[in-house]
Amino acid sequence: MTTTSPVSPFRETRDHVVIRFAGDSGDGMQLTGSQFTVETALAGNDLATFPDYPAEIRAPAGTTFGVSAFQIHFGTTDIRTAGDEVDVLVAMNPAALSVNLRDLRVGGTIVADVGSFSERNLTKAGYSANPLEDGSLTPYQVVKLDVSKLTLDAVESFGLGQKEALRCRNMWALGLMLWMYDRDRQATVSWLNKKFAKRPELARANVAALNAGHAFGETAEMGAIVGYRVAPAVAEPGEYRTVSGTEALAWGLLAGVRAAGLQKLFFGSYPITPASSLLHTLAGLKPQGVVTFQAEDEIAAIGAAIGASYAGALGVTSSSGPGVALKAEALGLAIATELPLVLVNSQRAGPSTGMPTKTEQSDLYQAVLGRNADAPLVVLAAATPGDCFPVAVEAVRLATKYMTPVILLTDGYLANAAEPWLIPNVDEIPTFPVRFRTDPRGFHPFVRDAKTLARAWAIPGTPGLEHRIGGIERDHDSGHISYDPDNHERMTRVRAAKIAGVANDIPLQETTEGPPRGKLAVVGWGSTYGPILQAVRQAREDGLEVSHVHLRYLSPFPRNLGALLDGFDNVMVPEMNNGQLVNLLRAAYLVPAQGLNKIQGKPFKVREVLEAIRGAIR
Amino acid sequence: MTHTSTVEPLAAKDYASDQEVRWCPGCGDYAILKAVLKTLADLQVPRERTVFVSGIGCSSRFPYYVSSYGFHTIHGRAPTLATGIKLANPELDVWVITGDGDGLSIGGNHMLHVLRRNVNLQIILFNNEIYGLTKGQYSPTSRQGTRSPSTPAGSVDYPVSPGAFALGAGARFIARSIDTLQPHLVGVLKRAHAHRGASFLEVFQNCVVFNDEVFADFTDKGAAPASQLPVEHGKPLLFGKGKDKGLRLNTTTLQLEVVTLGQDGVTEADVVVHDERNKGLAGMLLALQPPAFPMALGVVYCDPAPTYEEAVYAQIPAGANAAQADIGKLLHQGQTWTVAG
Repeated sequence: MTTTSPVSPFRETRDHVVIRFAGDSGDGMQLTGSQFTVETALAGNDLATFPDYPAEIRAPAGTTFGVSAFQIHFGTTDIRTAGDEVDVLVAMNPAALSVNLRDLRVGGTIVADVGSFSERNLTKAGYSANPLEDGSLTPYQVVKLDVSKLTLDAVESFGLGQKEALRCRNMWALGLMLWMYDRDRQATVSWLNKKFAKRPELARANVAALNAGHAFGETAEMGAIVGYRVAPAVAEPGEYRTVSGTEALAWGLLAGVRAAGLQKLFFGSYPITPASSLLHTLAGLKPQGVVTFQAEDEIAAIGAAIGASYAGALGVTSSSGPGVALKAEALGLAIATELPLVLVNSQRAGPSTGMPTKTEQSDLYQAVLGRNADAPLVVLAAATPGDCFPVAVEAVRLATKYMTPVILLTDGYLANAAEPWLIPNVDEIPTFPVRFRTDPRGFHPFVRDAKTLARAWAIPGTPGLEHRIGGIERDHDSGHISYDPDNHERMTRVRAAKIAGVANDIPLQETTEGPPRGKLAVVGWGSTYGPILQAVRQAREDGLEVSHVHLRYLSPFPRNLGALLDGFDNVMVPEMNNGQLVNLLRAAYLVPAQGLNKIQGKPFKVREVLEAIRGAIR
Repeated sequence: MTHTSTVEPLAAKDYASDQEVRWCPGCGDYAILKAVLKTLADLQVPRERTVFVSGIGCSSRFPYYVSSYGFHTIHGRAPTLATGIKLANPELDVWVITGDGDGLSIGGNHMLHVLRRNVNLQIILFNNEIYGLTKGQYSPTSRQGTRSPSTPAGSVDYPVSPGAFALGAGARFIARSIDTLQPHLVGVLKRAHAHRGASFLEVFQNCVVFNDEVFADFTDKGAAPASQLPVEHGKPLLFGKGKDKGLRLNTTTLQLEVVTLGQDGVTEADVVVHDERNKGLAGMLLALQPPAFPMALGVVYCDPAPTYEEAVYAQIPAGANAAQADIGKLLHQGQTWTVAG
């Protein structure tokens, strides 16, 4: 689809823009941002989003800790991050302004609802004077609009109460921003009609507010309200949609189970932020052969998933760090009994409860090492929302082929962020059909495939294969209880060899950007992909000899990774933690890798990585 | 069932695995194993569709000794694995083997939820009121004052009553038996197997090493008639030598009381008739404690309701199959746009 509205001669052209919608957690900022995202995707721009919201569901109105924000970066060019600096800040109240101002670039635009800048709200936000009046915002362009009043005027004829009428404020602001960036409104109108199907007067009021905001932009003769044009991005041909990491993950898991030829995807989970959205998404896929189970706790969730795998479904469980900690013992059981399992960890800031709605990459040690005894398994990480799809398929492939648990790491950012996604052709996904053991002749539960070292998947219901498994060390052949010292050493070594052997079944590590040798390799994993890639590209344009290496496989590492890193004078590892991959790399390859660590619950900015690259090469 | 071998019925020994049983000599677990094997043989259950799932503890070694499928899991978590097994394949016949520590201490939460969900499986809780495998610490069912390595001066906490716990959790089938009471135990096991939904069976099991004769007050041959109340649906609650004693409802205190037939004009008509669907009566029977009252044995409560798997699968369209999922359709749902080549 192409943008249909004619290019206004009065519109200024922009290559890329960052907008942040900020307000109270009850102001509907996430919905506003999501709808702006849909319209922007339909306008053909590349984009990345960053929803940033508090843990409190409805914090007291007007407070700084109740501010919810949604940032979108869109443009004509390749967009890889949600943007370092904000160009336009939509502030629905003083607290939203106070919390978000520090990210606005000098010269950037503030659209403020003066109707909410009351004495009381100013005090709650910590202002002793009104920043809209005291000259403190002179470095910015300030558009002062009484959005509250303009909204009330727009919806007056629908007979709503004051409170409900004011709830339409976000749509008024959205209408104005859609006009400012020359986007369509039709998808939003359809969405509102569907959302409020049971209360048509609310649908009409919201549409009226949306249209009023749009019309205001069109007719206002105010210097600061300028219309812009952001041309569609050049993209690979094909059909696109926006996708969040959670959606891509759910669909990827199902695609993997389909590729494995299994009838059921069993998903056991216990609610936890930010992982719950995966449970919600999969719960909607029952017609596709998904069985979801909201368990009584994290342990029951993984226990049921292991039971389901034992009985011939693919068991999947998901959580965030604290919940994964509770699952550790059961992971050991899946490793010991050698059953397939996928565990998704949507990482968040920790330890303990930490900052549940803020992103972090601090569970890598937990994934790779966090169990009692020698207990190896496969660890994968997704780099972008769309990347969650192929990584989920790969997790299912490795889990079923090697009869092992696989941990798939995402994080709060990936789970919630959205990006345009070229819809893959599902018929092109290679299949990897599972063959359950059915032949009783010569069946011994722990006899292994010579190549993969995987044991047979023999499921209850199969005549002649009745056998017993358990957490007590098993004889290497019969699976019977064995306390034999040599058998235990043999089994420990074979469990390690099986996982190590996965390295022969995964792609060699390549650079994402730059040649496989040079002065500096910037090695990342997970959602730092965007900022690292962008920073490395800029550094290379400046003539610096730097390359980007991004790891999908964290256990085992690709078999050429050591040799690849040897081709660089220095290795830098940016991570949203206090240094974890950096130490795993140092331990594995004895490379003098240096960490670049940001532990603020927020993604890296491109500038931060770029400055570190310059510092490392100088 | 598609078992095509010649119709030679399986004997109890055919349900035993080739593994040497490793419980202490004289352990009550042997008797329970014997009763279960006999039950399986009497019912001629297909071994390939039968799964024994256990947690950790002496009782949880049980699956290794049955020639069906078996899964010895982790401490307290057997109900979770069993729930996953039943949800993945509701056709499987699943037994959960647990103990008082495994099922009511570390796994108490899972026991609560598997019962309230009414997953269609049989749970046998071996209650010996002690931790055997860890060498004799007191357990959550140990009576107050139990002296053990961890409570040399006697335990101070109040015990949990397995039956009352199960009833509170919403179990629809609650039964009790004793390891040595073979025909009774087999009968109750068959009832538990026939019940659709979560069946909870508490078996008083003697630990000869760490808690010998803890149930002697009602299991000793001499004490048995006066201190055991075998309940049967539709039959009066009579016990004692010659069935001369019964339980009557005191309508003033709303409690059961022991009466002797023929004394003070008491006749059988005064004795409460057991109704296994009566939850209130079940609560009173499960609370009876010797020596003031007899120990109620048998099917104390049985009131079937739709099972968890039935309810889950009622929400899944028939024939839903991930192997044939239309993922393409899923991905193209909602708003999409096309970039021309």
